Amino acid sequence: MFGYLRIFLTVALLAGISAGLVGWGLHMIGTTPLILQAEVYEGAAESTIAADGHDHQHEAEAWAPADGWERNAYSLGAQIITGVGFAFLLTAAIVFLGKGADWRRGLLWGLAGFASFTLAPSIGLPPELPGTEAAPLLDRQLWWIGTVVATAGGLFAAARLRNVYGYAAAVMLIALPHIIGAPQPEVPGGLAPAELEHKFILVAIASSLVFWLVLGLLTGAFFKRYANETGVAA
Amino acid sequence: MGIDMSQIRTATQTQAKLNSRTAALAAAMIVAVFGAVFTYGIGFAGADVLHNAAHDARHANNFPCH
Repeated sequence: MFGYLRIFLTVALLAGISAGLVGWGLHMIGTTPLILQAEVYEGAAESTIAADGHDHQHEAEAWAPADGWERNAYSLGAQIITGVGFAFLLTAAIVFLGKGADWRRGLLWGLAGFASFTLAPSIGLPPELPGTEAAPLLDRQLWWIGTVVATAGGLFAAARLRNVYGYAAAVMLIALPHIIGAPQPEVPGGLAPAELEHKFILVAIASSLVFWLVLGLLTGAFFKRYANETGVAA
Repeated sequence: MGIDMSQIRTATQTQAKLNSRTAALAAAMIVAVFGAVFTYGIGFAGADVLHNAAHDARHANNFPCH
């Protein structure tokens, strides 16, 4: 078992770190400039409140990385951890399905990851800029996790069973979170202009697609190189 | 009634294959738990310091934030 564990961890670390680097590069040119623009509006709103004297209970703010290279370095680390975390899940799912992988099937795995972790949650909770009105955090987190688990589970059931039961389970599981509905704010809106908000949604989803395709392709390729052997494919 | 060696060999191979499949699944379970812990830590952990460090990545990856 530890032999397998070492192999799977190797596959996931190689793919996750590389895809994390690519994802960070995409964010540096795509989403981060938009986040910084939105924070200008957010900052302006905060200083207005402070000037009105309505918000005196400003607690000491927690540490945050300084803007510029420090903040970008933390984002790089965060994106690598995100890539490795997703690569762990992807590698495990490939083993559970038991059909091995290569770079082509890796692309399909990447699409499935994108559909589960980005596309499906975005239907109810689109990517948000700082300063956007939203429902309570815990409600959104629960809906997000439920949606990811249901969508991934549905796709896995379809791929595993490949029969009418599998496809029916997939349709129901994928539809269920959207029938329940995502938690929405009482008053929608945000501090940043709607145009900036829309641009952010598009850029975040597009960069996520590329990130997932790279992650899937690399996981599939490294899986073929190191892990396609007896026991891994049933 | 002699023992057919090739049957024994086939049975042993089948058993070995099943054992290695079980071992692979057990290892994959551990990898999946790692994945869940990493994803939770980067996307959901509540501590302000973690939130601030991962802030831009949380927004860009569409984790619910703030």
